[in-house]
Amino acid sequence: MTLVLLQTLILLAVAPFIVGLIRKVKARLQCRRGASPFQPYADLAKLFRKEPVVSTATSWIFTATPYILFASTLAAGLLVPIFASQMPLSFAGNIIALVYLLALGTFFLILAGLDAGSAFGGMGSSREAIVASLTEPAMIVSIFAIALTAGSTNLSTIVHKTALLEGIVTDPAPHLMALAALFIVTLAETGRVPVDNPATHLELTMIHEAMVLEYSGRYLALLEWAAGIKLLVLLTLIANVFAPWGIATSPTPAAIGIGLAVYLVKVSGLAVLIGVIESMFAKLRLFRVPELLGVAFILALLGLVFFYTLRG
Amino acid sequence: MMTLALLGLLACYTAGILLPPCLPGRPKAQNILANGSAIAASLFGILLGVTGLLASAPLNASLPSTLPLLAFAIRIDPLAAFFVLTISLAGLAVSVYALGYLAEFYGRSPIGLMGSLYNGFLLSMTLVIIADNGFFFLIVWELMSLVSYVLVVTEHENADVRYAGLFYLIMTHVGTAFIILTFLIFFQQTGSFSFEAFRHPEQPLAEGLRTLAFLAALIGFGVKAGIVPLHVWLPYAHPAAPSHVSALMSGVMIKTAIYALLRVYFDFLGGQFPWWWGFTILAVGAASALLGVMYALMEHDLKSLLAFHSVENIGIILLGIGAGMIFQTYGLPELAALGLLAGLYHTINHALFKALLFLGAGSLLYATHTRNMEEYGGLLRRMPWTGFCFLIGAVSIAALPPTNGFVSEWLVFQSLFLSFHLPAVFLKLMLPIAAAILALTSALALACFAKAFGLSFLALPRSAHARHAEEVPVAMRLGMGGLAAACAFLGLAPMVVVPLLDRVTGPLAGVSIEGRVLALDGWAVAPTNVEFSSISTPAIAVMLIALAGLGLLLAWIFGGRLKRRAYKTWGCGITLTPRMEYTATGFVQPIKRVFSTLYRPTVKLETEFLDESQYFAKRRRFEFHIEPVFQKYLYDPVVLFFSAAAGRLRIIQTGNLNLYLAYIFVTLILLLLTAV
Repeated sequence: MTLVLLQTLILLAVAPFIVGLIRKVKARLQCRRGASPFQPYADLAKLFRKEPVVSTATSWIFTATPYILFASTLAAGLLVPIFASQMPLSFAGNIIALVYLLALGTFFLILAGLDAGSAFGGMGSSREAIVASLTEPAMIVSIFAIALTAGSTNLSTIVHKTALLEGIVTDPAPHLMALAALFIVTLAETGRVPVDNPATHLELTMIHEAMVLEYSGRYLALLEWAAGIKLLVLLTLIANVFAPWGIATSPTPAAIGIGLAVYLVKVSGLAVLIGVIESMFAKLRLFRVPELLGVAFILALLGLVFFYTLRG
Repeated sequence: MMTLALLGLLACYTAGILLPPCLPGRPKAQNILANGSAIAASLFGILLGVTGLLASAPLNASLPSTLPLLAFAIRIDPLAAFFVLTISLAGLAVSVYALGYLAEFYGRSPIGLMGSLYNGFLLSMTLVIIADNGFFFLIVWELMSLVSYVLVVTEHENADVRYAGLFYLIMTHVGTAFIILTFLIFFQQTGSFSFEAFRHPEQPLAEGLRTLAFLAALIGFGVKAGIVPLHVWLPYAHPAAPSHVSALMSGVMIKTAIYALLRVYFDFLGGQFPWWWGFTILAVGAASALLGVMYALMEHDLKSLLAFHSVENIGIILLGIGAGMIFQTYGLPELAALGLLAGLYHTINHALFKALLFLGAGSLLYATHTRNMEEYGGLLRRMPWTGFCFLIGAVSIAALPPTNGFVSEWLVFQSLFLSFHLPAVFLKLMLPIAAAILALTSALALACFAKAFGLSFLALPRSAHARHAEEVPVAMRLGMGGLAAACAFLGLAPMVVVPLLDRVTGPLAGVSIEGRVLALDGWAVAPTNVEFSSISTPAIAVMLIALAGLGLLLAWIFGGRLKRRAYKTWGCGITLTPRMEYTATGFVQPIKRVFSTLYRPTVKLETEFLDESQYFAKRRRFEFHIEPVFQKYLYDPVVLFFSAAAGRLRIIQTGNLNLYLAYIFVTLILLLLTAV
């Protein structure tokens, strides 16, 4: 129970920092000073205190969505081992359940985008629908490739076995392919460049921002927070599934302390990497995104083929 | 107990068939009588299904018949009991709903006749499931098709409805021909039409005949199930019927075909297959799932959209069954049972949520008098009950946790993932690819139901119909609410469902897996063991509620008491009107473009300019349609061939009576000659 509470707390606390860190890295690479990586905390605090304005065209879906998204994203996060490899809640869902919990949030976000009746929201929803549809096959196949090497689709088991290097097939090729695929999927799922640009408010290019355009006050705060948590969850997935070393394999306080420190270093490193990628690449045209996700799918599939052929 | 339930069911349906027409001119009494008997019969059916699932031995009964080969034999084993239960659950909710819905048809259609046919339809479906004689099966199968045809053409004033009915009638008879072929193969081997004889033939069928029986059954029952490419009639016929009948046709009737396939493959053919049988089912399932949802996305007629989703869901069911058959081939009965269990779980789930969604569509039709989604909008505030129930259905069919659709799709995923136990590398790779197709399918289904719910129920009303819509009567809400509750229950209580399903799959695969699938005292579902993978929908539900509560708490801590202001949506400086909203066509445009190789869309824009200047358009004409690939390349050539052949043959038909007599004479002579 304490582990679960601690994990919830870490997800809540670290997510804004990761968002801020990516912004800072981007600013530095653009020769700007940029705001402190802790700026998102101040933004959230301010948003929470603001009076929300709700459109008269909307229904209860609009006001319920921030809470549903927040809950489903956090629930997905609780299925991923963060600092300890064996989580008490791991029985509640495996890696497919995680994908579908994130999809639950996406579903309501798409509805909320349509609810206010503005054309921008509808446009964002429509684009989100196609991006989400195309990421899912790549995600499932890369997950399967990982699951095969560890002999399990349960995240705790995968992480635990990989951390201890026990009972897994230590063959880097399928792993690397799946890693590349999952990284592309993460960029698409969390609305980063080259699929979407989180910094833009230009109507014609935005996806995620267009869906939440009508939100304000505490609703927006919850949505922003949830978006940060989603990014953190997917980065955690990459960090701990592919390089779980350092994670606490037994629940002693010392091991958990080390696990936490290593975790923060790993996700910060990935955040810096994303910042660099966002500075190096331009956003793709919407209709080029399927090609990118097609590449992810093929990579994942190759991972699978390698797994079977390399083992003979 | 089972006998009592069976007799009660037969008596109530018979009363429902015979009595309503006896009250001419009193539509309300007819309605109550017809649906009342259907409700009573469904309750007996639920009892029959549950007792049949729990019974230690199957129930056999038969009526003597004077005709050779025909025996009115019935048999209720767990497989039949499960499908009776599925039919009766959906039938119960739909009949309650129909009490209110039929008010629409007072004075327009003969309610008594509709009531009789409706009861006959339910009865014939039940008889199809419990029939234990090939001849008898074909009679009730045909009855089911014909009764449903008559129900489809209820609104026969409409030419589209007549066309849909005719198309259905032709396709279903093509299917029946193949079913007859299947049974004839068994008959030829056993000399009897009794299913008991099919089950235990004295000599096993030759390899070629087995293959023929497999294929003929797949085509024959595939037409009814609506698998690709035999699905073309389904999106026309299912929506054309009155909504409560659509709910039964799409939710339940297509399941009789799934039942029959399982009966033929696992019961008559003994569950011994070459690997490519299972692979064929898997491939057909994957194609149906993907194409079903892709065509559904392009539909803006709500009921047609739902009909296409039936093609998709039959595909998902077949993915589970196909995986099960493959595992059976390679001697992995526990995994085979898992695949079958996943398929059957999805079968009952689909019956419930598809019926729910069709009833929701019926309510929208009732309230707005249109099926076109482009004319809905803003209905959630006007019809909160209908909207909420439809949302539950949409979340279930999109397989989102913690609903029932999620549990069954998750189980299908798991059975596909367990392919690494197979010895053949080809299949090891094919099953995960099927899983990837399933992932794409379910993501597109999510998009499709976000569209269906979002554009129907949210934002501003797009037409006067939608502006004046009102919530539907209590009986209709009750029917939908019951189904929504059932969807939630089946999602949250797999510990109740799995043991019941295990009693069905146990005899088919030869091994019980209840103990393996239910982990942690039934609070989690784990296909092999908790270490490998598990989900617990109750735990997910608790997590979601607790974390949403945490969100509320955080908002309160950081923001204090909620003050909020209502204001109109920013419309870039002008007042927002429904015309500025995203349309259904606009919503799916990116998907259409990404998958244009499949859809082959035609877009035509003709502009007529003013004579004075070509900068001002007088009139614009926009045309858009998607090419129906199967119809154009598969069905049209066949139809053309037969019309041409018939044209050629017409020369022998002169209208001269003497010539016809001569034909008869010549035929007789030829027959006599060949007889000698």
